[in-house]
Amino acid sequence: MSQNGRPRTLFEKVWNTHIVREQSADAPAVLYIDLHLVHEVTSPQAFSMIRDRGLKVRRPDQTIGTMDHSTPTTPRNELGIIPVADAMAAKQLDTFTKNCDDFGIPMYALGDEHQGIVHVIGPEQGLTQPGMTIVCGDSHTSTHGAFGALAFGIGTSEVGHVLATQTLLQNRPHTMAVNVEGKLGEGVTAKDIILAVIARIGIGGGTGHVFEYRGEAIRSLSMEGRMTVCNMSIEGGARAGMVAPDDTTFEYIQGRQHAPQGADWDAALARWRQLPTDDGAAFDQEISLRADELIPMITYGTNPGMGMPIDAAVPAPEDERDINRKIALEKALAYMDLAPGQQLLGKAIDVVFIGSCTNSRITDLRQAAQFMQGRKVADSVRMMVVPGSQQVKRQAENEGLHEIFRAAGAEWREAGCSMCIAMNGDQLQPGQYAVSTSNRNFEGRQGKGGRTFLASPLTAAASAVAGSVTDPRAMLAGLN
Amino acid sequence: MEKVKRISGSIVSMPVNDIDTDQIIPARFLKVTDKQGLGKAAFCDWRYLEDGETPNPEFVLNRPEYRGASVLIAGNNFGCGSSREHAPWALLGAGFKAVISTDFADIFRNNALKNGLLPIIVDADTQQQLFSLAEEDPSTSVSVDVDAQTLTLPDGRAVSFPLDGFAKYCLLNGVDQLGYLLALDDEVSAYESGHPQRVMTTA
Repeated sequence: MSQNGRPRTLFEKVWNTHIVREQSADAPAVLYIDLHLVHEVTSPQAFSMIRDRGLKVRRPDQTIGTMDHSTPTTPRNELGIIPVADAMAAKQLDTFTKNCDDFGIPMYALGDEHQGIVHVIGPEQGLTQPGMTIVCGDSHTSTHGAFGALAFGIGTSEVGHVLATQTLLQNRPHTMAVNVEGKLGEGVTAKDIILAVIARIGIGGGTGHVFEYRGEAIRSLSMEGRMTVCNMSIEGGARAGMVAPDDTTFEYIQGRQHAPQGADWDAALARWRQLPTDDGAAFDQEISLRADELIPMITYGTNPGMGMPIDAAVPAPEDERDINRKIALEKALAYMDLAPGQQLLGKAIDVVFIGSCTNSRITDLRQAAQFMQGRKVADSVRMMVVPGSQQVKRQAENEGLHEIFRAAGAEWREAGCSMCIAMNGDQLQPGQYAVSTSNRNFEGRQGKGGRTFLASPLTAAASAVAGSVTDPRAMLAGLN
Repeated sequence: MEKVKRISGSIVSMPVNDIDTDQIIPARFLKVTDKQGLGKAAFCDWRYLEDGETPNPEFVLNRPEYRGASVLIAGNNFGCGSSREHAPWALLGAGFKAVISTDFADIFRNNALKNGLLPIIVDADTQQQLFSLAEEDPSTSVSVDVDAQTLTLPDGRAVSFPLDGFAKYCLLNGVDQLGYLLALDDEVSAYESGHPQRVMTTA
C-alpha cells in the first residue's frame, strides 16, 4: 500500500519518483531520465544541436548507443566484416561512431559482440530495470515497460534535450488498464494478445495514455512475451505500456551484466516489490479481453489496428458506418489487393520475416525453430530469420537453431532491424506479400509497394512451410 | 526556432484517417545526418509513380490548383507510427505551416510543435467542412491566430483549438525548450544527489 494511504498505479509510482519539477499551469513536468538509448538514425541532428551550442552530454554514463536501423544483416565476408552497401548508411554509421566517441558514450558498433536492436540489447544486458525512466528516439521504446519501467519514444529534439540535461518536459499522461484474463490456448502467443488489443481499441485508441497490462494471461508470459506486448503499445497510440514486475522479471534480470549485485540486488528487489499497482488504484480507462477466447491473429490492412482472428474474413467497407473509416478501409484493401469478405487463410505469400524488436528474441526463435524442425520452407517463399542481437544470435547458434532454419531453407542473418523498416536493403519488392513478425504494416513499410500481414512467429513459420497464410494450430495438432 | 504568431494560407485536404509517419516520409529517407532537403521526400510514395520520379497526377499535392498550399487538412489521428522528427521536417520543407485534424499522435504533435509546425485540433464537423471547402474551391484560405488559439474559416467563423500553454509560449516567443531545461541545472543536480544512479552504462 502506498505511503500516504491513497492507492497508486505502477505508472504513478514511477512518474512521481522522477519529477525534477512538478507540472504547473505554465509548463509541463520536468522528468528525470535514468537511461537514454541512442541509435544512428534519430540522433545525428541532436548531436549537432548540442555541438552547435557548445554543450556536453550531461550523463554519458546513463546513455548507451547501438547501431541497428541501417546496418546490413548479410553474412560476414571472409575478413569477418559485415559490409555496408549503401554510402548514405555508411556515412550515418560513421557519424554515429564519431558522435559517441566525441561525447564519451559507450556504443556497440556493427560487428561488436553486443550490437543489436536497441530494444533487445537494453534488457539482455540488464540495463532495463523496474521503476526506471527510459527513453530513446524510437517509438518502440515502449518495449522496456515489460519490466515495470516507464519507457517511451521521443523525437530528435528531445534526444538533444536528454543528451544535454538528462531531463524531458512531459505532460502527465492518462492511464489505461488492459486486463487479459484466462489462459492462452496452444499456438496462441503474446503477439496475438497485442494484435487483438490493438484491433479492439484501434490505432489511435490509446493516444495520451500509458497502458498497464494486467491479468493472468500477462502474468503467465515470459519476459520476452511481455516485451512483445509492450513493444506494440505505440501501435495502439499509447506511448508507453507497462507490466508490474514480479518473480519472472527478477529472474530474468538477475545475473545480467548491469544487474545489481550482492547487497545492491537485495535493496533493488525490496524497492521493485513496492512498484506493482496497489489494490483499489484507479485507472482513467479500462478494457478487458479473455485470453482463452483468442486464436492466432493476423492483420489484413495497412495499419496494425486492421487485424482479425486468422480464420475471419476481410471486412467490407460498406459495413463501415463512419465515412472516414470507410475511406481508410477502401484505401487499405486497394493497396493490399484484397477483396471484402475474402479469407486470408490459404492466401499465397512470397516472404516470411522473423525478426524486429517485437519478435526477434531467443524464445521467438525457439518457437519458430521448433516448428520448422523437420519441415521445409515452401519453394515459392523466401524466409528470413534475423536475430535481434549478436547475443541472441550466439545463443541461438549454441542451441543449434540456425541449423534448423538453414536445413528448412530459411536465411539465417546478422542482427538488426532489417526488413521491419527496410532501411538496410532487406526489403519486399513491389506487390509481394509477407507474413511478418514485425510491428507495422503501413504502406511501403517493408519496401515500396510491399504488402505486410503482421502475425506471430508461429503463424509466420507455419505460413512459410505452407507457402500461404496458415493457422499454426492445424499443423501443431498434426505434429502432436 | 522562429516565432510563430499568425499563419494564413490556402488549404489542401487529405481525407484519409491514420496517415502514418511512413507515408509522411518513408524510412529510406532517414539516412540523412541533417534536417535539410526533406521536403521533396514528403508523401513521396503517394506523390510519385512507381519510378519514384514521375509525379502522380492524381495525388492532391501534384494538382496545380493546390500548389502553394500551406495548411494541410488531414483525416483523424494524423502522424501515428514512428517517432521520426523527419516527419515535421519534411512537412515544413514541403511548405506546410500547419496541419488540421481531429487528433494527432502524441509523438508527432510534440515533434511538430518543437519545429514551429502547428498541429490544430478541430471537431469532426469543422474537419468535414474544411474537406469540402478545399475540394470545392482550391483557393480557400484560412488564418490562424496562435495567441488567441483560433482558426478563422473563410465564412468568418472563428474556431477555437487547444494548445498547451508552454508550447504556445515557445511558439509566440520563438523559444526552444532546451534553453528552459538548461536553466534548471541546479534542480537537476539536486535531484541527482537525492536519487541513487540506477544503472551505469560505462561500467
